[in-house]
Amino acid sequence: MARKLPPKDVVIIGLGWTGSILAYELAKAGLDVVALERGPWRDTATDFPPAYAQDELRYAVRLDLFLRPAQDTLTFRNNGSQTALPIRNFSGFLPGNGVGGAGVHWNGQTWRFLPTDFKLRSHLEERYGKGALPADMTIQDWPVSYDELEPYYDRFEKLCGTSGKAGNIRGAKQAGGNPFEGWRSSEYPTPPLKQGLGATLFAEAARKTGHTPFPQPASNLSEAYTNPLGVKLGQCTYCGFCERFGCGNYAKSSPQTCVLPALMRLSNFEARTESEATKINLDSTGKRATGVTYVDTSGGEWEQPANIVLLCAFSFFNVQLMLLSGIGKPYDPQTGQGVVGRNYAYQTTSGVSIILKDKILNPFIATGAHGMIIDDYNGDNFDHSGLGFVGGGYMGAGQTGGRPIQTRPVPKGTPKWGAQWKKATAETYQKAFSLSTHGSSYSYKDCYLDLDPTYKDRFGRPLMRMTFDFHDNELKMSAYLTERLAEIAKAMDPAEMTASPRKGPYNSTIYQTTHNTGGTVMGADPADSVLNRYCQSWDVHNVFVPGGASVFPQNHGYNPTDTVGALAYWTADAIKDRYLKNPGPLG
Amino acid sequence: MRRSLITAVFVCVLSASAAAQSNQSFDRIERGRYLAVLSDCAACHTAPGGKPFAGGLVLQTPFGNLISPNITPDRETGIGSWTDAEFVAALHDGRGHDGKRLYPAMPYPAYTKLSDDDVSAMRAYFKTVAPVSNKVVSNQLPFPLNIRLAMVFWNWLNFTPGRYEPNSGKSAEWNRGAYIVEGPGHCGACHTPKTILGGDNTATPLAGATLQGWFAPNITTDAHKGIGGWSQDDLVQYLKTGTNTWTLASGPMAEAVSHSTSHMSDGDVAAIATYLRDSGVGGSESRPTPVVASDPAMTAGAAIYKDNCSACHKDSGEGEVHLFPRLAGSALVQSDDPTTLARVVLHGTRAVSTARMPTAPAMPAFDWRLNDQQVGAVLTYIRNSWGNAASSVPAETIASQRISLARAP
Repeated sequence: MARKLPPKDVVIIGLGWTGSILAYELAKAGLDVVALERGPWRDTATDFPPAYAQDELRYAVRLDLFLRPAQDTLTFRNNGSQTALPIRNFSGFLPGNGVGGAGVHWNGQTWRFLPTDFKLRSHLEERYGKGALPADMTIQDWPVSYDELEPYYDRFEKLCGTSGKAGNIRGAKQAGGNPFEGWRSSEYPTPPLKQGLGATLFAEAARKTGHTPFPQPASNLSEAYTNPLGVKLGQCTYCGFCERFGCGNYAKSSPQTCVLPALMRLSNFEARTESEATKINLDSTGKRATGVTYVDTSGGEWEQPANIVLLCAFSFFNVQLMLLSGIGKPYDPQTGQGVVGRNYAYQTTSGVSIILKDKILNPFIATGAHGMIIDDYNGDNFDHSGLGFVGGGYMGAGQTGGRPIQTRPVPKGTPKWGAQWKKATAETYQKAFSLSTHGSSYSYKDCYLDLDPTYKDRFGRPLMRMTFDFHDNELKMSAYLTERLAEIAKAMDPAEMTASPRKGPYNSTIYQTTHNTGGTVMGADPADSVLNRYCQSWDVHNVFVPGGASVFPQNHGYNPTDTVGALAYWTADAIKDRYLKNPGPLG
Repeated sequence: MRRSLITAVFVCVLSASAAAQSNQSFDRIERGRYLAVLSDCAACHTAPGGKPFAGGLVLQTPFGNLISPNITPDRETGIGSWTDAEFVAALHDGRGHDGKRLYPAMPYPAYTKLSDDDVSAMRAYFKTVAPVSNKVVSNQLPFPLNIRLAMVFWNWLNFTPGRYEPNSGKSAEWNRGAYIVEGPGHCGACHTPKTILGGDNTATPLAGATLQGWFAPNITTDAHKGIGGWSQDDLVQYLKTGTNTWTLASGPMAEAVSHSTSHMSDGDVAAIATYLRDSGVGGSESRPTPVVASDPAMTAGAAIYKDNCSACHKDSGEGEVHLFPRLAGSALVQSDDPTTLARVVLHGTRAVSTARMPTAPAMPAFDWRLNDQQVGAVLTYIRNSWGNAASSVPAETIASQRISLARAP
C-alpha cells in the first residue's frame, strides 16, 4: 500500500531535457514542483570528470550511463506474426537513465525539422497526388507549424549555446549555412566548430559535385558561452568522446550544463532520484489525474498527489505509463482504432566508408556533432517524382571520434584477427573515414508499441512490446541516398569504398540510433492522436507529455533533440499562459 | 505652502527616527537581520540542513572541537533567557550568560568593534528568530583547554576590547569598509596569520593563514601573493557573485559568499573593496626566483598538466572566466602555503552557486590517480609557468596533507 505524501502543484516523471526545462519554467512561475527520476543523480565532476570521462570500455562498451535491462526493458518483433522476445542487452538503441537522461550521452546534433515536415501529409499529397503515398503509411500533419515553433527552437538553441552557421535568417539566405533550412530569427548562439581534414575533404567533393555543404549544428560548444539562465558552458576540446559519454569539461549541452545549476537553486523544486514511477493515478471519473505512484530503491511505494502530471520519460516509457495508467485508448493495428502506441517510428541510417590515399586524417580530433553536411536530399528538398519513395535525410562526414576499441577500419579482405589484422589496422586508421546518411522513418499501420502479453518487469508490469520493421519506402530511400553519398565519396578519390545502404529486416542487435519516436503522438484530431497541439492528453487534461520524441507523428531526416527541446518550451508556455489561468482542455 | 511642506517632512523624519528607537520596529529588526548577514552568524550557528541559528555545527580548531551553540530565543537550549546586557557582552567582551567566558572561535575579538547601536539592533532581530529546542554541548575541548577560565590569560594576550574608531583622514566609504572588514565581517578570523595561541598576528593583518585544511589567501595589496592585481570591480564581482575574471570562491569562502557577502548591499561591498585596496600592510612584495623549466619536477609537471589539467585550465593556464580558475598570474597559485592547491587537486572542490552566477562548476578529485610526487610536480609546474614564480612543492607536503585530509570528517 502506497504511503501518501503531501500534495505538490506539479509532479514530473523523468528529469532529462524536457523534465528539467519544464521544472525550471514552472518553478520559476511559482509552482511547487517535484521531479521523480528512476536513475541516479549525475554530476559532471563526480560522475564523468575529465580524468576518466574518456573511458571507452566503461562508457561505450559496457554502457555505464545507460538503462540496464534488468531494471527495465522491452520486447521486440519485426511483425505481428512473430512472438516478441525481451531485449536482454540493449544494443540496437540505448535508452538513457539517471538525471539528465539521454541529454547526458547524446552527440549534440541540434537540428530543426523542415517547415514542410510539419505539414507532411498535406504537402506530399498536394505535390505528388493523393495516390502517391502507400496505403498503410500513417503519416500525418503536425498540429503545430514551423512558424509557431520557430521562437521555441530559438529558445532551446540559446539554452544550449548551439554552434553553427545560419543558412536563412528571416528569409534572407546566408552564405555558408544550410540553404534548405527553415527561417531562423537569429544566428546560432556560437560560431561553427572547426572542421577536421576528413570533413573538409568531403565538403570540397560535395561542392565539386554541385551540393552545398555546411557545418553540422552542434551543441558541443565552439567557444565558452553563458546561457539565458546565467549558466556558463566551456569550450569543446575535440576529445572525440561525446556519443555514449558525459562531457567532463562542461562543453556539451545537457541538463547538467544548461539547466540544473539554476533549477537546483529554486527552493520550490525538489528532485527525487532512484524513484521509479509505476502509475499515473486517476480520479473516479477517469478524466483527471490525482498524482503518481512511485517506488524507491528499498521497494517502498509512495503516492505523490499533484494537480499537474508531466510525463517526461524516454519515449517507450511515456507510452508504457499511459497504457498502464489507462490514459487514452490503446492502439489496435487490426482495426486501426485507438491511439496510444500508434505511429512508432525510428530512423533510417546508412553509411559509406572510405579509405583515402596518402592522407593523415587524425580522426580522433572530433566531437559528437562534428562534420560537414549536405541537406540536398532531405525531406522534400528534392523532387521525388518517379523515384518510388518519399522522405529523405541529411548526409555527410559526421564521424564522432576515432576511439581505439570501436574504431578499427581495415581494407576489404583483411583477416578478422591476428598479425595481419593488426598491421592493417595500423596502416588504415589514419586514412579511413566514415560518411553517413540520416534518413527519415515514416509511420505505418503495422509499426506500433503495446503491452507485452507475456513478459513482465520486476514490478510485475507488462513490458513494452515493439513491433517494427523497415518498409519498402524507407529502404528505397536509403538506397537512393546512399548512392548519392557514394557519388560524392567517389569524388574524394578513395583507394577503397564500401557503400552500405540500409537493408531489412530491422535488426535490434545492431546499433543504428536511439531516435525512437511516436506512441503518444500529438495531433489535431483525437481519432489519430494521444495529445492535442499543446502536448496535453485529450482524455485527462492535467496530464501533459511535453515534447519527448514519443509525441512525433513520424520521424524526419534529422536528430530529434532540437524539436524535443522546442516542444518542451512550447508546452511550458501553454501551461503557464493558458492552463494555469483556466485548467481544462486546451485543444 | 513651501514652509508647511518642509514642516511636514520634518515631522515625518522625526517620527521615523522615534520609531527607529523602538527595538520592535520593523526597520530596527530588519537592520539587525542585515547585520547578522554582514556578521555571517549563520556560517557557524546554522548547521547544514538544520534550523536557522539552532547551532550544532562542529568547528574544528587547532586545539580541539567546539560545537556552535543554539542562538535562537528558546529559553531552555537557546539564548531566550539571556539579558540584553549579556547579549552585548558576548559580542563585545566574549562573556556569555552569567559571565561565562567564550572561546574565540566566536569572533568577539572582531565583533568588539561593532557599535553599541548595531549590537542592539542585532539583539532586536535575534529576539524575532523562531525558537528551536536543540541542546548543544559546545565545549568538546580536551583538558586543560576545556577550562574556560583559561581564556582570561588568552584575552590578556590577544584581545583588545573596544569599538571601531573611524580614521578621519579617510573617506566615509573607506571607513565603512574598514568597519565591516575588522568588525562584523571578521575577515581576519580566517585571513590573518595566527600566533601559536591562535590569536591574530597583528603585525600582518589579512596576509593569509591556514585553517581547517585550507589556506585562506593573502588579501592585502601585495601584487604577487595578494590581491594587488585586482581592480575595484574584480573585488566587488567576487564578493557579490562568488567569481570574477581571476577565480571562483570555494571551500570556506564559498560559505562566506553564499551566506554573507552575496547578500550584502552594493554600497557595503564597494566599501569593503575600497578599504581592502587601500589598507595597511602589504606583504613583503618580494618575488621569488621561479623554478627553472629544466627542473625534473617541472618537466614531469608539464606532462601531468597536459594530460590532466589542460582540457579545462588550457595550455596557457588562462582557464575560462567564471568556469575554470585562471592559474597564470593567480596570487593563490603563487602563495607561500600550497595547502589549498594540494587540497583541491587531491579532493576536488565545488565553486559557490549564487543567484547571478549559478553554475557552480567543480574541480574533480585526483587523489586516486596521482601520487604524492606527481601532485607535487604538477603544483610546482603551475606555480612556475606562464610568468608565475613560487617555491616548489615537495612530495612530503602532499603526503602529510593526504594524511590530514583522510583524518578530517
